[in-house]
Amino acid sequence: MNDNPMHYCPGCSHGVVHKLIAEVIEEMGMENKSVGVSPVGCAVFAYNYLDIDWEEAAHGRAPAVATAIKRLWPDRLVFTYQGDGDLACIGTAETIHALNRGENITIIFINNAIYGMTGGQMAPTTLIGMKTATCPYGRDPKIHGFPLKMANIAAQLDGTCYVTRQAVDTVAHIRKAKKALRKAFENSLQGKGANLVEFVSTCNSGWKMSPDASNKWMEENMAPFYPLGDLKDIDGIQR
Amino acid sequence: MGKIKGAIVVDTERCKGCALCVVACPLQIIALTTKQVNKKGYVFAQQIEDDTCTGCTSCATVCPDGCITVYRVKEQ
Repeated sequence: MNDNPMHYCPGCSHGVVHKLIAEVIEEMGMENKSVGVSPVGCAVFAYNYLDIDWEEAAHGRAPAVATAIKRLWPDRLVFTYQGDGDLACIGTAETIHALNRGENITIIFINNAIYGMTGGQMAPTTLIGMKTATCPYGRDPKIHGFPLKMANIAAQLDGTCYVTRQAVDTVAHIRKAKKALRKAFENSLQGKGANLVEFVSTCNSGWKMSPDASNKWMEENMAPFYPLGDLKDIDGIQR
Repeated sequence: MGKIKGAIVVDTERCKGCALCVVACPLQIIALTTKQVNKKGYVFAQQIEDDTCTGCTSCATVCPDGCITVYRVKEQ
């Protein structure tokens, strides 16, 4: 991670996840052999903060770009960094097919249940009853349908090797998340299959709360619906 | 083995005053400034008690902007 000041709002979970990625890549000694694919969303400028190779993908198409990079450069550590609007909405097809093909990449999924960059609109992952700019009376399943659990979908696919859901709100969760991230990176380097690491995170600007209050809100409301832990952990996929 | 002493150094220009370190500190020895702001106009975190820090690095772990460095104070 370099010294550029981050453009994220105060207390944003993106900063913590960036830091974890930087630490894990440094510990693995892969600084010169990592390629990240950044999405469209708040994390679009991720390439300004981590001094590794980056590729910018069209909205939602990061797993497709990562597939190409990994197939051409099999010895690289290739990962995508996507938010819920990018991964769970516009890029659902690319994500599911890349995971199902068993590409040796890691998909880092930041799930904050809202479109943070565009001003707090409803996302596919928004919880039932949660108020956003485009559902001011709360998400109603009769009109808006149900929240999408991407990690649970990914765990059903034969191409995935490691699917986990982590959080970055407390010190204990951050340390666990770092271990999960390292495992996912190692799996993708060893060619064991596709990996998905979901981070249940906060968007205090979009939720209109203080950073501390949004961490508490997340624990009370998001943790029951998106339970933390490993959803799938196998020792390599059958090809 | 004596008590381990630590100290934090905050990069005040990077800090955005989100107060996550204030909540994460188990000893409650970090506070935001009340009268000072940095160039961007944010209040920033600072250590308010000198000798209490144990160097547990909780604040540095939760800091989203990576602006806290934790040092261990050398035994004299």
